[in-house]
Amino acid sequence: MRSGTPQANAKELERIAAQTRRLVLETIHHAGAGHIGGPLSVTEILVTLYFREMSIDPQRPRDPDRDRFVLSKGHSAVALYSVMALRGYFPVEELKTFDKLDSRLQAHPDMTVLPGLDMSTGSLGQGISAAVGMALGAKLTGRTYRVYCVIGDGESQEGQVWEAADIASKYRLDNLLVIMDHNRLQQYGWRGDGEKQRLDPVRSPKERWQAFGWHVLETDGHDINKLLESYDEARQMKGKPTIIIAHTVKGKGVSFMENNYVWHAKVPTAEELRLALAEIGQGVEV
Amino acid sequence: MATLQLGPATAMRDVFGQTLLELSRKDPRVYALDGDLGTSTKLDVVESGNPEKFLQMGIAEQNMIGVAAGLATTGLQPWVCSFATFIVKRALDQIFVTVAQPRLDVKFIGAYSGLLTGLTGKTHQGLEDLAIMRTIPHMMVFAPADAADVRKVMEFANRYHGPVYIRLARDPLPNLFDERTHGFEPGKAVLVRDGGDVTLIATGTQTIRSVEAVKRLEERGIDVRLLHMPSIKPIDVQAIVQAAEQTGAVVTAEEHTIYGGLGSAVAEVLAEHRPVPMLRVGVKDRNSESGPNDALLKKYEIDTEHIVQAVETIVRRKGNAR
Repeated sequence: MRSGTPQANAKELERIAAQTRRLVLETIHHAGAGHIGGPLSVTEILVTLYFREMSIDPQRPRDPDRDRFVLSKGHSAVALYSVMALRGYFPVEELKTFDKLDSRLQAHPDMTVLPGLDMSTGSLGQGISAAVGMALGAKLTGRTYRVYCVIGDGESQEGQVWEAADIASKYRLDNLLVIMDHNRLQQYGWRGDGEKQRLDPVRSPKERWQAFGWHVLETDGHDINKLLESYDEARQMKGKPTIIIAHTVKGKGVSFMENNYVWHAKVPTAEELRLALAEIGQGVEV
Repeated sequence: MATLQLGPATAMRDVFGQTLLELSRKDPRVYALDGDLGTSTKLDVVESGNPEKFLQMGIAEQNMIGVAAGLATTGLQPWVCSFATFIVKRALDQIFVTVAQPRLDVKFIGAYSGLLTGLTGKTHQGLEDLAIMRTIPHMMVFAPADAADVRKVMEFANRYHGPVYIRLARDPLPNLFDERTHGFEPGKAVLVRDGGDVTLIATGTQTIRSVEAVKRLEERGIDVRLLHMPSIKPIDVQAIVQAAEQTGAVVTAEEHTIYGGLGSAVAEVLAEHRPVPMLRVGVKDRNSESGPNDALLKKYEIDTEHIVQAVETIVRRKGNAR
């Protein structure tokens, strides 16, 4: 229903998600640096946005009427780049330049070098404010595009996130959809019961966002169909911004990375990469 | 060249509010973003005169700057307005990351700069803004001196696409420049008075106070060249080097810390191109306080008399060096 976007079905989207995970793992292994747990938790969110929900055209990345996307949790850039490459913004081969000098694929997104990025991010808590500005800009100029923004649960410890939440609500930005990648881990965080256990970075997110006047949805952030249903529901909401609290698993798809904060930013060895690719069903090149 | 005649006093904030209202009427891209200080900064003039162009962002500077960045990506030109200290220090990373790095068309208005902020004291004065903003890539940094200057600087900022910081003062000061003939160009100094003994380079409010200093020095037989430097970044290298060559000594004057602002910028140019004896008049390494204007200027050693003394000192030093 969104113009300019292929209407891939859930099965195809799952296949694209698996490809994305492969590209994330290979890219980080190749670069020898970068984040991995967060990119794996945000995968289905990005795939459903770029292959179903957003009205975008990789050939016209500056179209004034395009939907906007801001990755406020900019350290998951490698997942965004992988999805953008698969979507046709640039060749998949270019992922090999990730993190390299002169690359368009900077460690954290740089809108001045890569067409298709709507905001430079990386310092947490800031992207959501820019997304609010984009949504407000659409209201002021009478444009009908929608603005999508992905934030992290750890990122939500930044006070600026709540400043942005307040203004989005005050200006009734129903053209704004924020998705929280709620993977329940941050880089280090607070120790839980056991040494490997960590506490949830943000307590009661649903109640908090409701208190700020937002329309709050919760869903399984790895379930393609449920994500798509949530996007549909968000689009129906008038007079309020919507947030989807997407429950996800950090390191999703790779058993030894899942729910382990150590894999926030850790480079897999060749053997770990082989095991990981086998687990996500991408052991053979596609 | 301007004359040393000063006209009736105007408050920069009044000129700012009125000029932004006019720009908001002429230019559909222009929006005013307030951090809940509109009644102080006179941004309220925009809301009264053109309410659709006024956006209240509340007491949340970090988000205000991010929202401005987002608005700028949609082709609008947001003017973010707060006290200098709150914009520059409270939301510095936001300025770097979401505005300056992507070179977005956002204008920052640092109202209530310097020491004279209406008896509000240490937390509301802004003595480091020029120094900090000067380090930001792609940021233009301007400090106009009077009503005509504020207007010309704002008109330039409106025409220019990219981030600009404009430093404004709260209280009325006499006008120096003639609205009909005065112009502004980034990176260009304004020659207020030519002279051969020494060059006094001033910016913002200190340009006006320097006019009085130059008159007193004239009476004492010192022939001062007075340069007004409204553009701190880019800075007029040629005018500074020429002043050093032709007058052999330089004094700077700013309502700002001596670290990193106009004085430092001029010293950098002199050190690299034409070293001559130099003194900086500005606030030393100390915390400030609330108090009446004249008392503050005197205690923090930036009043007219301190400018006069600095010039006399450097002229003596230059003479001894010969």
